[in-house]
Amino acid sequence: MIDEITLSAEGLSKRFGTSNGSNNAVDHLSLQVRRGETYGLIGPDGAGKTTTVRLLLGLLSRSEGKSSILGFDSMNDTYEIRERVGYIAQQFVLPADLTVMENMSFFANIQGVTREEQKNRIPELLAFAGLTDFTGRLAGQLSGGMKKKLALACSLIHTPQVVLLDEPTLGVDPVSRREFWNLLGNLRAERGLTIFVCTPYMDEAERCTQIGLIYEGKLIASDTPTQIKRLVNGELLELTPSRFVPAQELMTGLEGVLEVQTYGEKLHVFVDEAVRRTPQIEAALNTQGITHQGIRRIEIRMEEAFISLIRRQAHANEKANTETELKGQK
Amino acid sequence: MNQENLDNHQDMDLAQLPIVVEGLTKSFGDFIAVDHVSFSVKAGDVFGWLGPNGAGKTTTIRMLLGLIKPTSGSASVLGFDPVTQTKTMQAHVGYMSQQFTLYNELTARENIQFYGKVYGLDREELGKRQDEIIRMAGLVGRENVLTSRLSGGWKQRLALGCAIVHRPQVVFLDEPTAGVDPISRRDFWGLIYAMTKKGVTVLVTTHYMDEAELCQRVGFISQGRLVAIDSPSRLKQTQMHGQVLEINCSDPEGGMRVLKTIQHQGQIPILEVALYGAQIHVVLPDVQEYKEAIRNILLQKNIQVNSIEWIAPTLEDVFISSVTTFSP
Repeated sequence: MIDEITLSAEGLSKRFGTSNGSNNAVDHLSLQVRRGETYGLIGPDGAGKTTTVRLLLGLLSRSEGKSSILGFDSMNDTYEIRERVGYIAQQFVLPADLTVMENMSFFANIQGVTREEQKNRIPELLAFAGLTDFTGRLAGQLSGGMKKKLALACSLIHTPQVVLLDEPTLGVDPVSRREFWNLLGNLRAERGLTIFVCTPYMDEAERCTQIGLIYEGKLIASDTPTQIKRLVNGELLELTPSRFVPAQELMTGLEGVLEVQTYGEKLHVFVDEAVRRTPQIEAALNTQGITHQGIRRIEIRMEEAFISLIRRQAHANEKANTETELKGQK
Repeated sequence: MNQENLDNHQDMDLAQLPIVVEGLTKSFGDFIAVDHVSFSVKAGDVFGWLGPNGAGKTTTIRMLLGLIKPTSGSASVLGFDPVTQTKTMQAHVGYMSQQFTLYNELTARENIQFYGKVYGLDREELGKRQDEIIRMAGLVGRENVLTSRLSGGWKQRLALGCAIVHRPQVVFLDEPTAGVDPISRRDFWGLIYAMTKKGVTVLVTTHYMDEAELCQRVGFISQGRLVAIDSPSRLKQTQMHGQVLEINCSDPEGGMRVLKTIQHQGQIPILEVALYGAQIHVVLPDVQEYKEAIRNILLQKNIQVNSIEWIAPTLEDVFISSVTTFSP
């Protein structure tokens, strides 16, 4: 059944005690991932991505709500989950003094894969990860990208139906990141593997079938990459003004301008209607004597959407906090 | 290539340029880390120095900083020779490494003071400068917080502040944004451009291709060699080997399996095929020539093609194409 729910969370919460009360690291989070999907959890640093993964896996105990993987409860059925789920922890390091082959057998033994099964599976996984020629090399002497691929191969040793990957490509170069994601694509196409991945890279988010956007422990959006980008209000204009700060201030106050983002020496201006606002923006810049090399409409990428949606949420949260404070004062 | 990359600046006197590198080479035993690299950077430019891990990016920067000696070739930074005029040069140059060399047990302000003293700022200047940097880095209200308690984005901006406490004219940034989130990265690039508006020249390495897009010029380095250098928009026009075909179809996973088989059989010269969310990207020598054939193959397998079209390569596509097709 294609629509089978593989991973699910309902009102999942985790509170950590702090010196001034408690802090909701994950706050009533609900999501569902269907079989064969690649679900990307994205959010700023400290938003609760890693805590969510650890809750789903049962590595942390939840404060409230429930969650399950393949129908097994995260907290009560940890053994069943471990048997069926692969996991790469954030900044996971393979034993450096073991060779590639030794690493594979090591993880195979931990996962209880029989010698017989290992005979076929290890060479298969090594071929899949492009590591066949490196079986004798110490893991510590592999390049960054190869280490990540080996970690992925090890996480697949017990043929899991689901893998949870917490920032699996952090710190590796674009060539290796692309190779890694091509491997994930192959797993999706060839095995129907369900993949749950946290990533700080917005170009990787675009390679997921579904994205969850998490901020201050709350899931603020969950949809396909295309739909997430559509959540952003308006159309996007890009320009390079001769005087940056005055232009930025000027844009912010103009009619029809919804949001201004900086992009290096460029300004990204979100407007309600590009065709109508472009000449108005040009005129406004003219009166201030600010020159530019043309205003062009560009596509909203995941990165612009991410910044816009997170800002909108941050603004809403601030407003809510102020209102609560005001009420408290009354 | 070595001649070509100086082209843009031919009309200028090279001695006037803040960074000039000519035939720069560094070998460690048999291993050539940097191999006859030549380029130059104009004052006030942001130059992106991009390459896979181990390509020679950091080694280049270390030579420019005078930390290691080139095996052959030469470099000039602000007219100084990094080898013979190291100290004088370093007084005018800032450097921020990936590791953010900050003292965690010091406060933000104390870190700035520490670096100010290292660079020999006098009391009055240091007093003025620390307030400027705290404002620039958006650390107002957090200046007395222990550095260990600052989050990634704050630390990163503090590290930049410390690297420029002595008002350098050239700043080298080696993967300054590794591991920080997109919002902090945007803020950081705002700071970079604020510096360049004051005439500061920046050389930056990054693994984020969206940041590379923000550089006026970028150089791709692979296995120690410079393989391409130009503005991001020109590179996209000139350096892509193959074209990208984007396919939206009823069954992306099935389509992917079909196209993989076709690739293995060699019926169509597919350079690469990969899943991108709900789309399939196919890299071909010529999209027009093979587009219909691919559509038909998918249709034969009962996969409905909703759209199939050429898409403009991203800088990442171009980067990967340049550094992987290059073999010295």
